Amino acid sequence: MEVTVTINGAAESRDVEPRMLLVDFIRAELGLTGTHIGCDTTSCGACTVLLDGAPIKSCTVLAVQADGRELRTVEGLKNGALHPIQAAFKDNHGLQCGFCTPGMMMVGSSLLEQNSDPSDDEVRWAISGNICRCTGYMNIVKAIQAAGAAMQGGGE
Amino acid sequence: MTTTHEPTSPEIGGIGHSLRRKEDDRFIQGAGNYLDDIRLPGMLHMSILRSPVAHARITKIDASEAEAMDGVVAVVTGEMLAGYNLAWMPTLSGDTQAVLATDKVRYQGQEVAAVIATDPYIAKDATSLIIVDYDELEAITTPQQSLQTDTLIRDEKDGQTDNVAYTWESGDKAATDAAFAAAAKVVSLDTHYPRSHPAPLETCGAVADVNPATGQATIYLTSQAPHAHRTLFALVAGLPEENIRIISPDIGGGFGNKVPIYPGYVVATAASLVIGKPVKWVESRSENLISTGFARDYYMHGELALDDNNRITGMRASILSDQGAFFADAQPSKFRAGLFHICTGSYDFPNAHVEAKGAFTNKAPGGVAYRCSFRVTEASYIIERLVDVAAAELGVDPTEFRSLNFIKKEQFPYLSPTGFVYDSGDYHAAMDLAKQMIDYDGWRAKQAAGREEGRLIGIGVASFTEVVGAGPSRDYDIVGLKMFDSAELRVHPTGKAILKLGVKSQGQGHETTFAQIVAQELGIPATDIKVVEGDTDNTPYGLGTYASRSTPVAGAATAVISRQLRDKAREIAAHLLEANPDDLDWEPGKFFVRGSPESSVTIQDIAFAAYTNHPEGMQAGLEGVHYYDPPNMTYPFGTYIVVVEVDPGDYTWKVHDMVAVDDCGVRINPMIVEGQIHGGLTEGFAKANMQWITFDEGGNCIGSNFLDYLVPTAYETPNFRLGETVTPSPHHPIGAKGVGESATVGSPAAFVNAVVDAVSHFGVTNLDMPVLPHRLWGAINGVEAKP
Repeated sequence: MEVTVTINGAAESRDVEPRMLLVDFIRAELGLTGTHIGCDTTSCGACTVLLDGAPIKSCTVLAVQADGRELRTVEGLKNGALHPIQAAFKDNHGLQCGFCTPGMMMVGSSLLEQNSDPSDDEVRWAISGNICRCTGYMNIVKAIQAAGAAMQGGGE
Repeated sequence: MTTTHEPTSPEIGGIGHSLRRKEDDRFIQGAGNYLDDIRLPGMLHMSILRSPVAHARITKIDASEAEAMDGVVAVVTGEMLAGYNLAWMPTLSGDTQAVLATDKVRYQGQEVAAVIATDPYIAKDATSLIIVDYDELEAITTPQQSLQTDTLIRDEKDGQTDNVAYTWESGDKAATDAAFAAAAKVVSLDTHYPRSHPAPLETCGAVADVNPATGQATIYLTSQAPHAHRTLFALVAGLPEENIRIISPDIGGGFGNKVPIYPGYVVATAASLVIGKPVKWVESRSENLISTGFARDYYMHGELALDDNNRITGMRASILSDQGAFFADAQPSKFRAGLFHICTGSYDFPNAHVEAKGAFTNKAPGGVAYRCSFRVTEASYIIERLVDVAAAELGVDPTEFRSLNFIKKEQFPYLSPTGFVYDSGDYHAAMDLAKQMIDYDGWRAKQAAGREEGRLIGIGVASFTEVVGAGPSRDYDIVGLKMFDSAELRVHPTGKAILKLGVKSQGQGHETTFAQIVAQELGIPATDIKVVEGDTDNTPYGLGTYASRSTPVAGAATAVISRQLRDKAREIAAHLLEANPDDLDWEPGKFFVRGSPESSVTIQDIAFAAYTNHPEGMQAGLEGVHYYDPPNMTYPFGTYIVVVEVDPGDYTWKVHDMVAVDDCGVRINPMIVEGQIHGGLTEGFAKANMQWITFDEGGNCIGSNFLDYLVPTAYETPNFRLGETVTPSPHHPIGAKGVGESATVGSPAAFVNAVVDAVSHFGVTNLDMPVLPHRLWGAINGVEAKP
């Protein structure tokens, strides 16, 4: 089936099997390997991307369901300069192995669109569908809050 | 050895600077290069068919329908591999393990056949078309059952008449028995450290690319130990080692899971060799959890002998370990139960005896050191639980009981009763700081007041000692390979440098930390130093990253080679300054003539001269390699104190506060050290609170996915507060000890001690991990809770 998406601002079309998962479409068909696969059960969130601006787990959406819609992946965060959340993850040591990081940043950036000054609890709830095995989450929470402050203009 | 550091400027960024990580730039932009990101022209995809049953004879495999499917290139079975002598492979503990089952399957999830196809979806579809007939046998799911049954799991092994994988002992049995005979009091504990799985977020995988024309085998692997894996591939597959290149790309977490060689790696390589095209295999999460290296699963009995003054006089420990179907622990070959004999912990007593036995069961093999230096986690757990049991029985405060029995600062180096020489420590300082930081006395008062109101507050302490940095070649090898490690440093003419290491980061930040060691020693800015790892063609030989060995061993190699190049740089500087080398002084980044600071040359000037104007009679260049054989292990330690509260309504428990005081010697990058501790504390919390793998009586794995195998999310994970003391390792060139695993080793006992403390007034003396609500309810109400 023909699937056409706008991904990180660019239109892309591919002829794919109806059963192809969106994450495989993004990784194998479009070659954007920043979106990762960490489980089979929609548990880990490593595959999180934005579909029409909302975070979804792309392992549990078919590519055909994204037809005609807009996708944003980690490769689309940077707009000339790094997105504040990218800078904040580095500055706050919010990543170690980096495997969960794209999903965490996609969820975090989406949260900050709604709420640029989230509390510790609000951040923890927002990222509770994303598993990190390295950091213990404290610095991820800190990074997302710091990015919010930077987006408000309060960050250094 | 010197362990004090001249401060370096932030521009140089040597030891002690919280430099932001160099590797992060690619990760935050989605530009990491993990195994599954590798795509080669003409690459085929492999999917593995696994056994649905735990123990059965294979009576038939019919792959004809799968082979006939469009897009399927080949179906590989054990019988086919046997034709290449590849149906079995050695484990890291000297046993052999089936690559693809030929005679029997011995655990649910065992590899039976593999499909190679043009597309990963087709490969997976085709595995479901393979028909396998199984003649089921008794499933043996506990080591206790294993030692009693007549059913042999390893009936293929010549001379194997029981299900015993190994027996091992350490310490002086007679002296320890005498100490117990003379004891005023003996306390004991039986506990199970349950089976767990490291579950890094990236699963394991391989891309094997064997060129049929040249015989060159380039194998991309999720490998924590690429050099050792190259040698094992040479030995297993009979490939000439010069033609094997292992590339371990960015690794999405390891925690010990990526130390062993797995059947999938071997099958993908064999398939590429036969077919002549690259073959990719990436396991699913379920495959990762049911078939690759599990951790722990120790049934432990421990006893302490005590005198009239509340001093410990001896310890006995006996272990029964569940090894799964093959003995595949990744342990130094001399130590069958790893370094479990460090179980005398932070305490000063003369007598100890440890005996260990491992049993085969119908479960996946593994026994990997999950964020742990070879069973140190189990050892730390038994002693830190036992001292709490002793303190409770004696009616003494657990921090005071520990302080009374600690090895004193002036006793280091300290020879332990099982033969370790602890290099350094100051246990009282860490304890005092932790108590002060958490307001220990204040919490004890709140606990007492809370009990009046029915609140169940508990305070738990653990004062762990680790043994890491394997290791001195006289004692430490894995399958014969001595556990040294290496560093190759090349300073380029423009004063930039490249450092190549035999270890392999999986998120620990080596690209930053190791650059900082060079920056400290040579004054070249850390940002000007590229660190390369994980490509066996382009790095010196080393045993890899696990067991907190990178900083103790490869970090030392880096410091030593940097100092050797600095010695050469001094000669070149003397030549440039027309001075005697002995008349030059060093400050980070330059040599100057003593008393004439204006007569100086920078390390960059020296590097340029090394290639353009080197002294006559000296070899050109500023490069070198060093293999470091550590004189001893390092012994990180710390005290963790945690305050929990049990909900008397639903028997869940929450953490109110946790303080972790770590002493890992000199901290190279404090930010990275703290990140390692956060992560380790979280994994300790996970095991105490939720994370384990169980099996039903038929050997079905309960915990084969992230819905059943619970790992903590941000929502369950508490915040932690960190403290530090610094007791440099006296034998390490920069005084560092390693830190990646301290918190996983030390914290589980602290959490469990806290929960036991919260409910001790109900007569509860022990709770096994994970401390789940039904277990807590059962303990309080005197009912045995089933898993």
